[in-house]
Amino acid sequence: MSRVPLPYTQKVLDLFRNPKNLGKLEDANVISVAGNPACGDMITFYMKINEQDVIEKISFESYGCAANIATASLVTEMIKGLHVENAWEDVTWKKVTDEVGGLPSVKFHCGILAVGAVKRAIRKYYNQKGAAPDWLPKDLTFEEKQALEEEELAKKLSKRLKAAEEK
Amino acid sequence: MVENVKALLKAHENLTREVYLDNENSTMVPKEVLDEMMPYYSQKAYGNPTLTHKPGWEAFEIIMESAQKISKFLGSKILEEITFTPGATEANNLALMGAAFANKHKGTKIVISEIEPINVLHVTDLLKKFGFTTTKVPVDKEGSLDLEKLKETVDKETVLASVSMANNEIGTIQPVKEALDIVKDKNPETLFHTDASDAYGRISVDVHDLKVDLATVSSYKILGPRGIGALYVKEGVNVDKILEGQIGTQKLWPGVENTPLIVGFTKASELAFQDFEANVAHMRKMRDKLVDGVLGTLSDVKFNGAKGDKRVPDNANISILRCEGEALTIELSLKGVYVSSGSACSRRLLQPSHVLVAIGRRFSEAHGSILMKTTRYHTEEDITYVLEVLPSAVNRIRGIVGSTGVD
Repeated sequence: MSRVPLPYTQKVLDLFRNPKNLGKLEDANVISVAGNPACGDMITFYMKINEQDVIEKISFESYGCAANIATASLVTEMIKGLHVENAWEDVTWKKVTDEVGGLPSVKFHCGILAVGAVKRAIRKYYNQKGAAPDWLPKDLTFEEKQALEEEELAKKLSKRLKAAEEK
Repeated sequence: MVENVKALLKAHENLTREVYLDNENSTMVPKEVLDEMMPYYSQKAYGNPTLTHKPGWEAFEIIMESAQKISKFLGSKILEEITFTPGATEANNLALMGAAFANKHKGTKIVISEIEPINVLHVTDLLKKFGFTTTKVPVDKEGSLDLEKLKETVDKETVLASVSMANNEIGTIQPVKEALDIVKDKNPETLFHTDASDAYGRISVDVHDLKVDLATVSSYKILGPRGIGALYVKEGVNVDKILEGQIGTQKLWPGVENTPLIVGFTKASELAFQDFEANVAHMRKMRDKLVDGVLGTLSDVKFNGAKGDKRVPDNANISILRCEGEALTIELSLKGVYVSSGSACSRRLLQPSHVLVAIGRRFSEAHGSILMKTTRYHTEEDITYVLEVLPSAVNRIRGIVGSTGVD
């Protein structure tokens, strides 16, 4: 176990203090979640995607640290009003990290988790629709894989601790 | 990165009041302590205490007098039983490694509690490489050691047992005397170490009465300077030194003695003990006001650890559900209230506090926990301010969390 210094940027602090697009979206037609409270980081995105596949509305909730809140908030601003194809193509974790002015390396996973949750939402949207467009890759992207891996690790830790508790 | 910190600090410019409660992790040093230390940097006793000149003899004199005082505060009579180390981390490393190495012929099993501080856990991990095995004895829901399990665990091969006197995170006071009797009853040869850092200056720590073989104390945990601590080693107990170098007055710790820090540690101890009852009563009063206030105003909170006499008077540890800890510490900091959290999202997979997990707290309860420690310097107004600021801070973070991650 170790601790690292966390000199967050002004942008992270600003978004932490005044997050944009926060809270539930009553008329959301896609809700996606990434992360696990066991790893201390979890994000929910609520999206309203219209008939033309444009992300009309988006909001988020975060059980997470300042970096998690800031990256989630930023992602909502980046993809609001975009066609889902553009949202899929344009938003990478590196871009998100750059936009918040950089993150301490131990916090990279916060941006990855946010982008992973967006990609999940887009997949879910087309799943609900019943047909996936050609541009949507069948294989999981880096961010989706990472989110999944983080959740698996958290599950393993939960199990290990539960086993220890029962013993 | 430093530029970022400058911006973070700028965000704190308009604070009207500041209340520092993170005394677990570092503390301010009172002026009286600094004033006592300062002359030893440039006016006197700046010599090496093992050398044959006036500044050296001055250093020797004050180091020995300091050791005598610390040994008295710990209930020992013999100043040679005190070894100054650069802190509790080093003292615990010396106690465990030094005692294990020096007594390996008596056995290779080590017994510790499940909620020992990180440095004890890490040292016992390291000792695996040297052929030692460690068993962790569980604690109950309040953090009290399971004495039955301890009894079952100690055997003829047990070389060393280590149980902290008070837990650093949840403040639970361990039944060290009973634990020691059980250990010695099963195996009189087993050495008993206690990390008394979080008990010293808060409850009576009397090594003579407790009959412990080794005890750790730390300067910064009693508002002394960081970088100094001590290990009590009972006369006749064999401990190997664990670092090599020039040995001076401290037979178990090489290097040039840090006289000003030793003086500061001693002064901090004197201040803690000169009005011990009143100091403790004040810490307790402030802590109780804080805890009662938090439990009374916030919903969905859980008090962690033991209550009443089974808890040290300065420690408050509370889990705030539906609230992520790191985010809360930042929010509170922006309002001038400084606390630490059981959550530190500093790795990809955040490990919740092993202490909170050991007492049966769930992840969300561990991640949303805050640790606060009061001192004799806190005022009623300080605590009132914290209680004013905390609900709105918690509500804002809970607003961001919404229903995410709520189990």
